[in-house]
Parts: sequence; C-alpha cells; structure tokens
Amino acid sequence: MEHIISLFFRSIFVDNMIFAFFLGMCSYLAVSKTVKTSLGLGLAVTFVLTVTVPVNYLLQTKVLGPDCLVEGVDLSYLSFILFIGVIAGMVQLVEMTVEKYSPSLYAALGIFLPLIAVNCAIMGASLFMQQRILMDPSNTQAITSVWDAMVYGFGSGIGWTLAIVSLGAIREKMQYSDVPKPLQGLGITFIVVGLMAMAMMCFSGLNI
Amino acid sequence: MALFSKQNKEVFTNPLNLDHPILGQVLGICSALAVTSQLKPAIVMGLAVTVITAFSNTIISILRNTIPNRIRIVVQLVVVAALVTIVSQILKAYVYDVSVQLSVYVGLIITNCILMGRLEAFAMQNKPWPSFLDGVGNGLGYAMILVIVGAVREFLGRGSLLGFQIIPDACYDWGYINNGMMTMPAMALILVGIVIWVHRAYFYKEK
Repeated sequence: MEHIISLFFRSIFVDNMIFAFFLGMCSYLAVSKTVKTSLGLGLAVTFVLTVTVPVNYLLQTKVLGPDCLVEGVDLSYLSFILFIGVIAGMVQLVEMTVEKYSPSLYAALGIFLPLIAVNCAIMGASLFMQQRILMDPSNTQAITSVWDAMVYGFGSGIGWTLAIVSLGAIREKMQYSDVPKPLQGLGITFIVVGLMAMAMMCFSGLNI
Repeated sequence: MALFSKQNKEVFTNPLNLDHPILGQVLGICSALAVTSQLKPAIVMGLAVTVITAFSNTIISILRNTIPNRIRIVVQLVVVAALVTIVSQILKAYVYDVSVQLSVYVGLIITNCILMGRLEAFAMQNKPWPSFLDGVGNGLGYAMILVIVGAVREFLGRGSLLGFQIIPDACYDWGYINNGMMTMPAMALILVGIVIWVHRAYFYKEK
C-alpha cells in the first residue's frame, strides 16, 4: 500500500512528465492558451494514460518479455510498434465513446482528442513503465503489478494536467504584460515553463 | 531532372532558416530539451532523427498514392515505428553508452511531431527526391538546435565539450565553479526560449 501511495505522489511531483522529462511538450504549448481547453485536454490525457499503461504492462510481461510466448525468445524489440498500436487503438476507442455519450465534450475537445495518439507523454509513460519493470522491487519507482502500472499512469496524467492548467492560467494573465516583440508568444512561454520547472525542483527528494 | 534545381535547394535550405522546425513551426520540442545536457547524446540524437525523417519521408512519398486516406495516420506511424526500431537496435549495437543515456527518448522519436508534421505536410504531396531533401533539411535544423543547446549546457555546466575538459584547472584554482544549474532540465527550457528570441529578432525584422 505504502508503495502505491509513494508511486502516485512521486509520479505527480517528482517525475512530472512536463517538468522533469519534457514529455507532451508540443500539445502542452499549443493548447495552453486558456484554462478551459487545458483542463479538457488534461483530463483526456489522464484517462488515456490510465488505460494504456496497464494494457502495455500486460503486453510487456505476458507477451513480449523473455521466455513469455516461446522458450528462449525475447520479443521486446517489437515493443515500439505494439505500444503505439495499443495507444492509437485506445485513442480511437475513447474518441468514439466520448462522441456517443457526451457530444458537448467531444465538440469542445475537437482536434485535440485524436492528437493524443501522438502525444509523447502517453508513449513516454509506457516506455518508462517498461524500464521500471526491471527495477529492484524495493525501489520506490519500481512497477511490479498491473495496479502499480495503473497508479503510475493515473499519477502521470494528473501531473500533466496540473502543469497544463497552471500554464494556461499564467498565459491568460500574461496577456496584460508588456513583452518585447520577438519574445512574444513562444519565447516567453518557454522561459515561463523553465521558471515553473525550477520551482518544481524543490519537490525532488520527496519520499513518503 | 536536375537533382539540385533552385526549387529543390529551397526545399532543403528553408527548414534551416525561416521555416525552422523547432523555432518557426514549433515541432518536436519534447526530445530536443531532454537529451541536451551533454553534447555527445545531442549529436547522436540529431543524427538519428535526421536519418529517420529522411527515410520515412521518402518511403511515405513513394507510397503516397496507394495509401487510403482514412488510415494514413496508422500507416505513417507503422513506417516510423519500424524505422525507429531499426535505429534503436543499431544504436544499442554500436554506441551502447549513448543509447543508455538517451534511454526512452529514442523510442519517443516515433511520437516526435517533426516526423508526423513533415509526413502530413510535405511527403503526402511531393515526389520522393524533394521529400528526401525536406526530411534531411528538417532533421539537420533540429540537430542544429540540439547541438547549440547541448554545447552551451555542457560547457557551462561541466566545463567540458564532448567529454574533454575545456576550462583549464588554473581557473578552478582561482575560484571558478561550474554552474550546476545548467545540467538541470529547467535551464534547457530557458535556453531554448532565448534561442527562439534571437532567431525571431533576426528573421522577423522586416515584418
């Protein structure tokens, strides 16, 4: 139990997808103009992460790993293609479900929903999960079961959502600031994210 | 049938100047920031991305008339994923230490927006040879930023370039201290912000 709680909080604050690993940066910068769209995209990403990481965990441990399908065969070099296939399929599924049961949310998210498939945060979480399976079980970062994988995916999604919502809020306020012309837009956003990342560094070493 | 006609030359040089993939079109930032704490992984990553953009652009451009429009994204992802798998195996075989440093970021080339962006915007409409040039140009533009940021961070953060010490010991004796902040992820963001500032100030002067 302790392990899961620690994994959850570490994946939000210490191993934050944006501030520690720069994953999902493209949509992070493109969508964070207002708080509302940021929140919608954040929730969609969280949902997709919570589903794909455990599915990919099962694939990795039951199908791809050494000696899983056939004795003496290690298929893990196929993981890139299989993971991206799972992610693309899952995003398609989420899109169809949202369209059927909540057309208003579907309209609000628009093009961003299908774009989640090429969001590096999703693929990144699966690849980090693949690395963490091999870790010593006593390590706080180790992922030893499907539940660990699910909590890790969920925590990473929450961390991503936190980051994008706070940047959205800052950018809404920043419209009133007098920024030098060439620095406007992308340049200043990068510097703001850099400062936010510096602030997040104070969580490093957090242990529960 | 001129291989380097004026038009083709523009296709190649534009991404290096005005239409820069990172600075102008804001694509592929994720991995650009993460692998640049030292120069060597930055160079290897830049080369890997250049090779993959060039070949995936060529392959998709050859196939462009046979791909059904509805499933084109999946086809593109599979082509890119296959190329990335090959490059990742080559890196593991020949430069193992660098591939350990790059860790998951090699796999993340699949979701690098430069690839999907160029495939959608250029390779689906153009012939194989210009697509190849476009891929190489965009890859090199990407590599250029990686090398600049990687060099600044390694020089200021560790006092070395490519692992060789540049700042003499005498400086350390006089009290010079490496700026450890430079090796942290936060400074990569700020450095890229500054590079974008300089680039825009230089190229958008006339507008």
